[in-house]
Amino acid sequence: MSDSAMDNRTATTRPGLGTMQARSGAALNEAKLAIRDLSFYYGANKALKNIHLDIPARQVTGMIGPSGCGKSTLLRVLNRMYSLYPGQRAEGEVLLDGENIIADTIDLNELRSKVGMVFQKPTPFPMTIYENIAFGVRLHEQLSKSAMDERVEWALTRAALWTEAKDRLNSSAMGMSGGQQQRLCIARTIAVRPEVILFDEPTSALDPISTLKIEELIDELKRDFTIAIVTHNMQQAARCADQVAFFYLGELIEVAPAGQLFTAPKHPKTQEYITGRFG
Amino acid sequence: MEQMAEHTVRSYAEELRRLREMIARMGGLAERQVADAVASLVRRDTDLATEVVGRDAAIDALEREVENFCIRILALRQPVGQDLRLVIACLKISHGLERIGDYARNAAKRSIVLAQQPAIGSLNGFNRMAVLVQENLKGAIDALVNDDAARADEVWAADEPVDQVYNGIFREMLTFMMEDPRNITSATHLLFIAKNLERIGDHATNIAETVHYAVSGENLPDDRPKGDGSAYAVIRPPV
Repeated sequence: MSDSAMDNRTATTRPGLGTMQARSGAALNEAKLAIRDLSFYYGANKALKNIHLDIPARQVTGMIGPSGCGKSTLLRVLNRMYSLYPGQRAEGEVLLDGENIIADTIDLNELRSKVGMVFQKPTPFPMTIYENIAFGVRLHEQLSKSAMDERVEWALTRAALWTEAKDRLNSSAMGMSGGQQQRLCIARTIAVRPEVILFDEPTSALDPISTLKIEELIDELKRDFTIAIVTHNMQQAARCADQVAFFYLGELIEVAPAGQLFTAPKHPKTQEYITGRFG
Repeated sequence: MEQMAEHTVRSYAEELRRLREMIARMGGLAERQVADAVASLVRRDTDLATEVVGRDAAIDALEREVENFCIRILALRQPVGQDLRLVIACLKISHGLERIGDYARNAAKRSIVLAQQPAIGSLNGFNRMAVLVQENLKGAIDALVNDDAARADEVWAADEPVDQVYNGIFREMLTFMMEDPRNITSATHLLFIAKNLERIGDHATNIAETVHYAVSGENLPDDRPKGDGSAYAVIRPPV
């Protein structure tokens, strides 16, 4: 480097190192789901403690935290999965477009058509690829054969599976690869045209390339759907999420735009967790 | 600052510790270069000045070493949070220290020329500036090594006296030049040396700003106390 004394490149003021925005640089959207003072009990065990959290519409909220922190429990509350199990109960409010979905008066079938869920392990039904998708749709809608064909094609296309599956729609879904099966499950979920999609560790059983395909898909889907994803893989949350919530021992410790949470988290526990100092 | 727990992966913690050490070593080298450059000027010691010029290569080499090491950590560890801030800060600081080394080297070169010329004026101001910028440089590097944001803030706010001494030298040199045109060669070299020291002070301030962000995750405000008014100075020749 030159040793010119007249070098004036040193700026005396300059912008900081951290960007404090959501991943697109824009602000977070208004809340699709508003979680208000939510507590959840497995019998006497309080698994979620007074959670307040907004899930912004048409953006991705990542939920991270060590095992047992309550992040999957929260996901199970958001589509009332827990109602299948006696002894499990929620207190507080979860407002989906202003309506409290925790209330007893809620029609669970209708709720689950609005709030879909994709699980850790691909769970295709032992049917053809076509039937895997049509099955769920028939529970909610009466469609003609041609309308159903269209719906199946639409769902498979949105799930980035159409080109691979279009010539084998009548083959068993069990013959697909793990990544394809997971995309089929995503297609099955979006086929009923939900508003919110919950992903519970959607790629933990997949290889890195299939994982990236799912992440690309999530990025694509958030244009139309509100997405919440629970993941053990912090880099995945960093890659996918607009907003990240960190849970610890049933409490929401910190929620922030991903760009902020992974550069300058406010809470020491978050700091320790994301940098690998505990957990 | 609350003491952080150790990394679960010890080799990672070890790498981050090594990175801090490299910056501390580089900072120590830069401090010594500044001190020796000014000592060679004040004592008219051309041997020392030549040594300073020769030693700059070691700082340049360390900068490359830090850069390679940081890139490696970014690629292999994918740091986040405070670790990410530390790695980025070290990248930037090593660049700042390399610039400081260049300024010291340039000052030493000029003091070799000056040693051949008749002495003009007192060089107390140069000593004073050297002490001030060295203190700030040391403070900024210590702040990084000890995760001490408060220390970084002190350095950040302490550049004003440096600027004031620089202003004094600027006026003094203009006066010497007006008194006798034969002073112009020496006075110009001295002005450049003073400017070099002033820039070194600014780099120390920038390093302190970077350390503040690395440690706290927050940016310092844009308006830092400044005292360099030489850009507006006009001195009228005697009538």
